[in-house]
Amino acid sequence: MSATAAFASAADWRGDFPALAQSVHGRPLVFLDSAASAQQPAAVIDAVAQYQRENHANVHRGVYTLSHRATEAYEGARDKIVDFINAESRNEIVLTSGTTESINLIAQSFCRPRLHAGDKIVITHLEHHANIVPWQLVCEQTGAELVVAPINDRGEVELDAMLELIDDKTFLIGMAHVANALGTVCPVRKVAEYAKARGIPVVVDGAQGVPHLDVDVQDLGCDFYAFSGHKMFGPTGTGVLYGREALLEDMPPWQGGGDMILEVSFDKTIYNELPYKFEAGTPNISGVVGLGAAIDYLQAICMERIADYEHQLHDYMVGELEKVDGIRLIGEARDKASVQSFLLDDIHSHDLGTILDHQGVAIRTGHHCAMPLMQHFGISGTSRASLALYNNRDDIDCLITALGKAREIFA
Amino acid sequence: MTREGSDMQDLYRELILDHSRSPRHFGKLENATHTADGINPLCGDKLKVYVRVGTGGDIESAYFEGSGCAISVASASLMTDTVTGLPVDTAEACCEEITARLTTGSRHDDIGIDLERLRALDGVRQFPSRVKCATLAWHALHAALNNNMTPASTE
Repeated sequence: MSATAAFASAADWRGDFPALAQSVHGRPLVFLDSAASAQQPAAVIDAVAQYQRENHANVHRGVYTLSHRATEAYEGARDKIVDFINAESRNEIVLTSGTTESINLIAQSFCRPRLHAGDKIVITHLEHHANIVPWQLVCEQTGAELVVAPINDRGEVELDAMLELIDDKTFLIGMAHVANALGTVCPVRKVAEYAKARGIPVVVDGAQGVPHLDVDVQDLGCDFYAFSGHKMFGPTGTGVLYGREALLEDMPPWQGGGDMILEVSFDKTIYNELPYKFEAGTPNISGVVGLGAAIDYLQAICMERIADYEHQLHDYMVGELEKVDGIRLIGEARDKASVQSFLLDDIHSHDLGTILDHQGVAIRTGHHCAMPLMQHFGISGTSRASLALYNNRDDIDCLITALGKAREIFA
Repeated sequence: MTREGSDMQDLYRELILDHSRSPRHFGKLENATHTADGINPLCGDKLKVYVRVGTGGDIESAYFEGSGCAISVASASLMTDTVTGLPVDTAEACCEEITARLTTGSRHDDIGIDLERLRALDGVRQFPSRVKCATLAWHALHAALNNNMTPASTE
């Protein structure tokens, strides 16, 4: 597609997001914080509202019409997820509250019963806290060791060094698909291939992958892939854990309660089959319906098209930022998606965030839940502009103008 | 002047910018009698407050170190300036007064010292997400004076 055609289509997509059509502090909203949480298209908002108005009841329980409709809507969303990430079966799709719960589930259900003192869990230096702390917890519980693969100053995982860390004591590998603070696209496929030959499972934190890349879990070759609904234009409180069926089958339940059982007596409980074994209690039905609508929305556009468009916009953003006096880009990986972190002179990122907000520009500031990564760069935080399909060049131009204003205030 | 411009100038007043660029009493106080850490978990900002209280119960010296945004550094700098030489009780009253001003806007009448200069922080009240930046140093001072070994947190 030509650049012109790509930018023309973005104008159409923007109109699908009601929240973007507003002013903040008297300026049109420029939303550049989708990596924290993305806005929702009307299709998602309406699907949730319609479900609440017409179809709500508890799922998997009632024999009446509304419960049937709710179950169809909820399970229909699961089928959409299967297709969206190319899982082999719906048994591999566990619905959770988000990436964080998904990773904790793996740590506690898959790792904890199997880990021994001296075993290693290998992660990378650029992970979000959600892909660090759950592993630290299970290491404390079992005496296993958390090992961190290094990154270089561009913010790329040092692949060779990472592979060298993987040995016969390595129980599991965890890594981001796309780094939330830097936008680095990580070499998941290569790591998974290497690990597979050694029988080591690979967990991918895909929270920043699914909104921007065409994700195919079988092609990636990972064993688990975790992501959140709200970063891909769906509701908060929804998430997915994809796990290879053979692995999920062997794992004990994560939480006990209703819906995850076949039969309960005080002597013994027989657990439900996959994926319900991992879904205790009434789930976030309306949220999952919204997640299904978000997938419909993205698939109607096509993830490849979105990735192409965002790639061009990202290049434009980086090019414009580089021209700003006093800018220091943090994260210059050769393969990136949608995110640019930066520092401006010695202006603290929180001050910058406040000044930009008053010009209608919303960015994320601080450590981005990646404190070890900030320590690598010897900084306490950055300002981060992150893109989604609804952003355009005008947004970038507003960001650049606002940065100029900040320099005036702190001159 | 646009509203946006005036809001920003109200927040980043000259005195605030001055103290953030050249913080007073910045560094470690070697013979401190009281210290405490202040942490803002939202942004990861962290500072350490050092106080030396003399035998008479007056604060002989107050220092801080750490990193933070212009608001938190300026507030810490103004805090050390303000409480140096004050009796501990009066310094505690200052903590309460400033925290109340920043969070609720309320003022008590007279705590016996002139806090006029701290009105430079008044602009922060219009920025709810930044109030904690301004209160951090004061929370830490309060923790230090109470010898509370738990870091003071804005949460």
